[in-house]
Amino acid sequence: MYRYDELDQAFVDQRVAEFRDQTRRFLAGELSEDEFRPLRLRNGLYIQRHAPMLRLAIPYGLLSSTQLRMLAHVARRYDRGYGHFTTRQNLQLNWPKLAEVPDILAELATVQMHSIQTSGNCIRNVTADHLAGVAPDELDDPRPYCELIRQWATLHPEFTYLPRKFKIAVTGSPQDRAASEVHDIGLHLKRGREGDIGFTVLVGGGLGRTPVIGQVIREFLPLPELFAYLEAILRVYNRHGRRDNIHKARIKILVKSLGIERMREQVETEWQASRAGAPRLDAAQVQRVHDFFRPHPYATLPDLDVETGREPAFQAWFRYNTRAHRVSGYRSVFLSLKAHGSVPGDVTSQQMEAIADLADAESFGEIRATHNQNLLFADVRQERLYPLWQKLQLLQLATPNIGTLTDMIACPGLDFCGLANAGTLDVARQIQQRFDSLDYLYDLGDIELKMSGCMNGCGHHHVGHIGILGVDKHGEQWYQITLGGSANGFTALGEVIGPSVPQAEVAATVERIVEVYRARREGDERFIETLQRVGMQAFRQGAYASHPQAA
Amino acid sequence: MRHILRQRDWIADPWRYLGEPDAGTPQHPDVIVPLAQLRGDPGHWAAPPGGRLGAALAVTDAPEALSDLLPRLALVAVEFPNPGDGRGYSQGRILRARLGFRGELRAAGKGVRLDQVFLLARCGFDVLELADGVDVEAARRALGRYRVAYQPGDPQVRLERQRFFA
Repeated sequence: MYRYDELDQAFVDQRVAEFRDQTRRFLAGELSEDEFRPLRLRNGLYIQRHAPMLRLAIPYGLLSSTQLRMLAHVARRYDRGYGHFTTRQNLQLNWPKLAEVPDILAELATVQMHSIQTSGNCIRNVTADHLAGVAPDELDDPRPYCELIRQWATLHPEFTYLPRKFKIAVTGSPQDRAASEVHDIGLHLKRGREGDIGFTVLVGGGLGRTPVIGQVIREFLPLPELFAYLEAILRVYNRHGRRDNIHKARIKILVKSLGIERMREQVETEWQASRAGAPRLDAAQVQRVHDFFRPHPYATLPDLDVETGREPAFQAWFRYNTRAHRVSGYRSVFLSLKAHGSVPGDVTSQQMEAIADLADAESFGEIRATHNQNLLFADVRQERLYPLWQKLQLLQLATPNIGTLTDMIACPGLDFCGLANAGTLDVARQIQQRFDSLDYLYDLGDIELKMSGCMNGCGHHHVGHIGILGVDKHGEQWYQITLGGSANGFTALGEVIGPSVPQAEVAATVERIVEVYRARREGDERFIETLQRVGMQAFRQGAYASHPQAA
Repeated sequence: MRHILRQRDWIADPWRYLGEPDAGTPQHPDVIVPLAQLRGDPGHWAAPPGGRLGAALAVTDAPEALSDLLPRLALVAVEFPNPGDGRGYSQGRILRARLGFRGELRAAGKGVRLDQVFLLARCGFDVLELADGVDVEAARRALGRYRVAYQPGDPQVRLERQRFFA
C-alpha cells in the first residue's frame, strides 16, 4: 500500500497544526460558529445530535494493521471504544470531544492517517472497488489512480470551496463494485487502441434528494490528461454550479440543466484552453505510486477443496463470506460487520485490535473497508481459511450473511445524526430478528437492502434492491420503501412502491415483499431478476396485503 | 482609510473604486471600474493621465470578458462575498494561468479571511483587502501556513516541496 514520503508527512503535520490553531481560536471566541463550521467540516468534524462526530479518512478503504490498531486506540482513548464504518469506506467516531480532536488528528498523523476533506463542500475521499488488485476480472488496479487523485485533490487551492461536496470513484473491473455511476465523477479504467491506460469518464451521478445516474462525458481519457480533465470539470462546476440552493448545488443539477452535450462542450473547451497550465501526470509519477501497489509476495500454491468434510456452518461461511482470488491457493475473506443484533458497520476497539493481529498473521497486514460496511482480508491462503473462520467466529465477525438480506447498509439514523428524520438502527434490529434463520436467508439469496434515515441518502437506499427511507410524519417515524434499485453490476434507481409504513411494520412489509419473490421466482432467478420480469405491481400488492395502517 | 496587504506589506490603498468620493482626483488617480461599466464603454475608461485603470469582477463575471482589455489593466479585483464562495479562486486562476495577466490581482470582500489567505495566494492573488477584524500579523503568517503542496501554484508562495508541476 501507499507509504507517505516527506511531503505527505509534512502536509498532514502542518494540517494538524492548522486545525489545532483553528480549534483554539474557536474555543477562545475569535472565530464564530459560522466561521468555524466550514473549517471543521473540511477536517471531518460535524456537530451531531449528542456530540461532535469525527469522520476519519480511509483512502479507497485500504488500511494497514498498524493503522487499524491506531483507530482502536483513538476510539478507546477519545471515544466510547467503538467506531462506525460508512459507505464511503471511512470510519466515524460518534462521541469525541471537540477540544481533543486536534490530539486525535495528531495521533493519526503518526500512522499516516487524517480526516482531511471527509466532509464539507470540497473533493471527498476517493473510493474504489474493495476487491481492487485481487479481483479475477480486473483490467488494472484502480488504487494507484485513487492515490494520485487523493494527492491532487488534497487542499487544492482552486477547489476547496465548491458549491457542494464532490465525490469521485474509480473502478478497474467491468463489474462495477464501487457504485461509480452514482458519483459526481465515475472513472472506469479502459485500454486505448494502443493498449495505453485511460478512463471512461462519467459525470453527474449522485444519490440524495435527486438521485441521478451519471452520464458518459468522455469515452476515453488518456491517463496523462487525468488531472487536466478533472480540473476542467471542476472548474466548470466551481464557476457555474448553483450556490443559491443547497439542494440544487451538486454537479448533477448543473449537468441536468445544461444537458450532457453542452456540459461536454464546456468541459472540452476549458480542457483545451487550460491543459498547458494544469498539473502534468508523467510516467515517473505514475510509476512511483504504482510501485506501492505491486502484488504481494504470494506463495505458489494449488487451489484446494477446503469444504469437503467440514461442518455445514463452515461451508456456508465459505460460500457466502469468501470470494475468488486471481492467484491460485488464495481467497478474499469478508468480515461481516452485520452480526444479528449489532449495528451495521459498528466495530469495537477490541475487535479492531484482534482484526489487526489476524491481518498480520493471515493477509499481509492489510485490511480493507468495503462500501457495504464490512471489512475484507483480501489475500488469505486457502489452507488457513478453516482456522481463520474459527477465530472470526469468536470475534462475532463470521456471520455468514454477505450478500444476503441482513448484510444491509444503514446510516446511523436518528440515534446519532443531526440530519436524520427517522431511526434506522431499530429497524435494522427488527429485520435481523425477523430474518434470523440462515436457511431462510440463503433461500432468498442475493438481496441488497439499503436504508437511510433521511432523504440525503447516506444509506444508498435508492440503489438497494429493497430501499428503505425514513421520513418524519408529524413527529412520527415512517418508512418509504423502494424496489428495483442497484449499484452492483448495473446501476438503477429504485421505484417507490406506495404509501410509507410505520416503524413497527417495516420488517413485516419486507417479509411480504420477499414472499412475493419466493412465490413467483423461476429456477434460480435472483430477487432483482424476478422483480424485473414480473414487474412492480405484484410486489406492490404483496407488500400491502393485510396492511390497513399504511397512510 | 482602507489598507491592503500587498505581498507582505500593510499599506494604505492607493486605489479607489469608481463611486468612492475621491476616485479619480489628482491625489487618487488610480480607479477600479466594474466590468459591466468598463465593457459598456471601454474608450471612455482609457487611463487618466498619471492614473492607472483597474477592473472589478463580480462572482458571476467571466474573466474571459476582460481578455482584450488586459493589456490596459494594472489591476483586477475579484469579489469574495463570503468564505464559502469559491468562484473567485477559479477567476483568479484563469486570469493568471490562462490569460497571462501579470498585474495586481486583488481579493476583496467579506470572504477574504485568515483561513483563506494561503489558498488565495496560491491562486495568484498578490493583494488582499482583508475583511474587517482579520489580524494583519496573523494574515502575514498565514501566507506561509503550509510549506508543502501537491499542486502547482503561484510562485509567490514559496514551498519546500511540491508534488505535481504544470
